[in-house]
Amino acid sequence: MRKIETLKQVVENLLADKIKSCVLDRGELTIIVNSDEAIDILQMLRDNKDTSFEQCVDLCGVDYLDYHNDYEGPRFAVVYHLLSIKHNWRLRVRAFLPNDDFPMMGSAVRLYNGLDWFEREAFDLYGIVFENHPDLRRLLTDYGFIGHPFRKDFPLSGYMEMKYDERQKRVIYQAVTIEPREITPRVIREENYSGRN
Amino acid sequence: MAEIKNYTLNFGPQHPAAHGVLRLVLELDGEVVQRADPHIGLLHRGTEKLSENKTFIQALPYMDRLDYVSMMCNEHAYVMAIEKLLGVQAPIRAQYIRVMFSEITRVLNHLLWVGAHALDIGAMAVFLYAFREREDLMDCYEAVSGARMHAAYFRPGGVYRDLPDEMPKYVESRVKTKKQLDRLNKTRQGSLLDFLEDFTNRFDKCVDEYETLLTDNRIWKQRTVGIGVVTPERALNLGFSGPMLRGSGIAWDLRRKQPYEVYDKLDFSIPIGKNGDCYDRYLVRMAEMRESNKIIKQCVVWLQQNKGPVIIDDYKIAPPPREKMKYGMEEMIHHFKLFTEGMHVPSGEVYQAVEHPKGEFGIYLIADGANKPYRLKIKAPGFSHLAALDEMSRGHMIADVVAIIGTQDIVFGEVDR
Repeated sequence: MRKIETLKQVVENLLADKIKSCVLDRGELTIIVNSDEAIDILQMLRDNKDTSFEQCVDLCGVDYLDYHNDYEGPRFAVVYHLLSIKHNWRLRVRAFLPNDDFPMMGSAVRLYNGLDWFEREAFDLYGIVFENHPDLRRLLTDYGFIGHPFRKDFPLSGYMEMKYDERQKRVIYQAVTIEPREITPRVIREENYSGRN
Repeated sequence: MAEIKNYTLNFGPQHPAAHGVLRLVLELDGEVVQRADPHIGLLHRGTEKLSENKTFIQALPYMDRLDYVSMMCNEHAYVMAIEKLLGVQAPIRAQYIRVMFSEITRVLNHLLWVGAHALDIGAMAVFLYAFREREDLMDCYEAVSGARMHAAYFRPGGVYRDLPDEMPKYVESRVKTKKQLDRLNKTRQGSLLDFLEDFTNRFDKCVDEYETLLTDNRIWKQRTVGIGVVTPERALNLGFSGPMLRGSGIAWDLRRKQPYEVYDKLDFSIPIGKNGDCYDRYLVRMAEMRESNKIIKQCVVWLQQNKGPVIIDDYKIAPPPREKMKYGMEEMIHHFKLFTEGMHVPSGEVYQAVEHPKGEFGIYLIADGANKPYRLKIKAPGFSHLAALDEMSRGHMIADVVAIIGTQDIVFGEVDR
């Protein structure tokens, strides 16, 4: 049996009915869990000897607003990529956040200390609030930035621009003066286009 | 006597030892660091969001600009993620070329790192030595892609074109005499592979030279031994990867543990450290350069003996050859569609990681069947490392902070993305 299938069984046995879906695709295993149980599940995956995911490689927010143009369901999700050095396998854990207007998630910093900045980044770029995070400040955007730029409804060119004002002899902020334009439109072709799917 | 309280010091963003645009707010008690709070994002360009608004090929050159000292390794992760989604594999010759250039990139990165790190801690000469070899490797980049840094050479399905048969030569000018020219062009008479073969034969000696300057240098050891110690358990919990993890004694290298492309056919070893301090990480990286040299050597031998295609023969993914395009209607249409609309990638999600010179560099790609990525998340190794700066520098002197930033091999292109 392939290693990833072993992992699938181990994870299914360990978490049983806590998993909402468990998909094995392109040699990668993805489990979807409830957002309020996610932290407990991460702890189980980390501490159990059969899985022992000692490292959380990546955490990221995803905004599913225009996914496939016909997406219905919770808008935001948080995705964790776990890695076990001991068993040499990876697992992706996704939790959809029920409230679209105020996406909220428990913080996993206490389990994986390295996630501190990853959660700050997801908060900054997607506005996902991580409960009990020790220091939830903006990370990448400018001081005093308003909005969450990676959300799908945030324009690519943004709202504010910064420039040096010759008259006032200082740097000023003003509303953007460039029109966003799309050179290559986004197209989704029919099923089986180019013989793939 | 008045009680002296902690004071804060603003380090950067325009500080030569900050390796770019790091703003560091240090809380000090005398000269001892109590807390370090890095403020990042001064180089944030929103690569991920930009990629979501570009076709798959248009987004490729952004990858070069992430970690701008190891360009092709970033491309490598990106093209492999797309290939995984498409379910295709590059031809074997393309895989060897990619691995060879990934290793050249690793050497490039480590050379810059050792130069800059030594410069930070006070050794000027190493930088000059390191840049001598860097120049040769930059020339290889230029020979193969036309650009010294931002190559955009790897493509989904292979590489842009085959290796050149001729290595570009220096030309005569007012500042170069005939004698100098002959010396410079001596190794450039044959193909790119001949040039690289010559390079690999002399590179081990060059690493010896760098090591003579540093390894047993008393000042170097005083500045690095016992500084920024990370235990293996902490390194894992903090999400470290690459030399930062191996310096703490964990033998974890994706090229060996989760081999991609042709790494499983190549012979090389994984150097690890013992104490997890700056000195051990230095030794690991020096040893890695020697190992990379070994890999390049093996790739050169293979590539000299085996010919073949360098990009897949599927015109929905890779452009058709120029010649066919001129005469065939079908190829012409394919070429037009590929460069105006771009390729369509089936819906799904993948995470593809490569062993980048700085650690695990991963691309998490969600596609929904469109001609653009739906979500592209770049997992940059330096991001996790810099996040641990606070923990690593606590209790150290302020001068050691510079050594710790150096040992983390921070490049802001990838930290801020």
